[in-house]
Amino acid sequence: MSQWTLFEVFVRSKHGLNHKHVGSVHAADDQMAIENARDLYTRRNEGVSIWVVPSAAITATATDEKEPLFDPSEDKVYRHASFYELPDEVGHM
Amino acid sequence: MYAQMVDTGVKQVKSLDEMDAEERAFQQKIDAEVKIEAKNWMPEGYRKTLIRQISQHAHSEVVGMLPEGNWVTRAPTFKRKLQLMAKIQDEAGHGLYLYSAMETLGADRDEEIDKLHSGKAKYSSIFNYPTLNWADMGAVGWLVDGAAIVNQVVLQRTSYGPYSRAMIRICKEESFHQRQGYEILLHMMQHGNEAQKEMVQDAINRLWWPSLMMFGPSDADSPNSAQSMAWKIKRHTNDELRQRFIDQTVPQLEFLGCTAPDPDLKWNEERGHYDFGVINWQEFYDVLKGYGPCNRERIETRRQAIDNGAWVREAAVAHANKKKQRSVA
Repeated sequence: MSQWTLFEVFVRSKHGLNHKHVGSVHAADDQMAIENARDLYTRRNEGVSIWVVPSAAITATATDEKEPLFDPSEDKVYRHASFYELPDEVGHM
Repeated sequence: MYAQMVDTGVKQVKSLDEMDAEERAFQQKIDAEVKIEAKNWMPEGYRKTLIRQISQHAHSEVVGMLPEGNWVTRAPTFKRKLQLMAKIQDEAGHGLYLYSAMETLGADRDEEIDKLHSGKAKYSSIFNYPTLNWADMGAVGWLVDGAAIVNQVVLQRTSYGPYSRAMIRICKEESFHQRQGYEILLHMMQHGNEAQKEMVQDAINRLWWPSLMMFGPSDADSPNSAQSMAWKIKRHTNDELRQRFIDQTVPQLEFLGCTAPDPDLKWNEERGHYDFGVINWQEFYDVLKGYGPCNRERIETRRQAIDNGAWVREAAVAHANKKKQRSVA
């Protein structure tokens, strides 16, 4: 089956929620990937919508990029609401 | 355990001081319960051991469909047949979740399945026993899936992320398997005739010891445990899990009104656990080596399924290529 494509599967569990990555399937084409994903990941009402994407089409961050990519956001505490102190009299904001 | 005697290739577990910087950082992550993900650096031994363990686990799920498949056409009612088919479909699903997790480590699914068919890769010893009467479907669900759950619940916390997530999914589905098994036996014991009750006891007599063997050899004879525990791809020893399984199963056995084929099985007030008799380890090793009652038949059935399905896989690829060409034209 190595000649079959590996697809990543994303399932929307309920209307209004995001699609979430749940795993992968092998399939000969897109349609079969959807059918296999349905059989494999939604046997118990786990979803209302499925996306399949060839794994090779996904571009991901590399693990050694973790620091240069994500560390800069760590020292920007002023981006969070809790950074700003307001007197109690102002009430909930 | 669905994975038994997984070789780590390690004779002596290294201390943090003996490791180089990369390996030490890796071990410290594991010690701090940080999950290892596919793209993270990992020692070759960890990768290889996990591929062996996860593939063996996946093969067990797949071969595990065969003893149950034997009863699909013979299930006593339509309801039981539907339940059995749903359970078998789950086992196929569990095999696929696990093969997916294994592939994130760089292993190839086809190559690993070839290893199963050539006898190089193992699967759980339990599936080399025959399922001779309908009560076996109950006993398999209750005892075999029950033993698997004890093992798999702790593997939800295993250090490798994709394996851990597959286990979480699997555990959610397994409790249906165990309950449907126990219900089959309970129904036969409460509503069955004498012959049917005897079938239940017969199934338990045959599957009791093989179920206990599922956890693998005693700790004293588990040379790979220390490294697997240090890597947290194993979280408790074989004997701990076996004891846990026995302690939770005996009251269920008594509720059924059945007995275990073990005269030494009794509650030990002092230990707070059940004592049990000596396991026939020679039988366990024989089955693992390929001399169980059904080893040859199981692998032969698997090979036939792959060979006879080859034309379907080829046709699917041909169809996909044809569609692709048409959309280009």
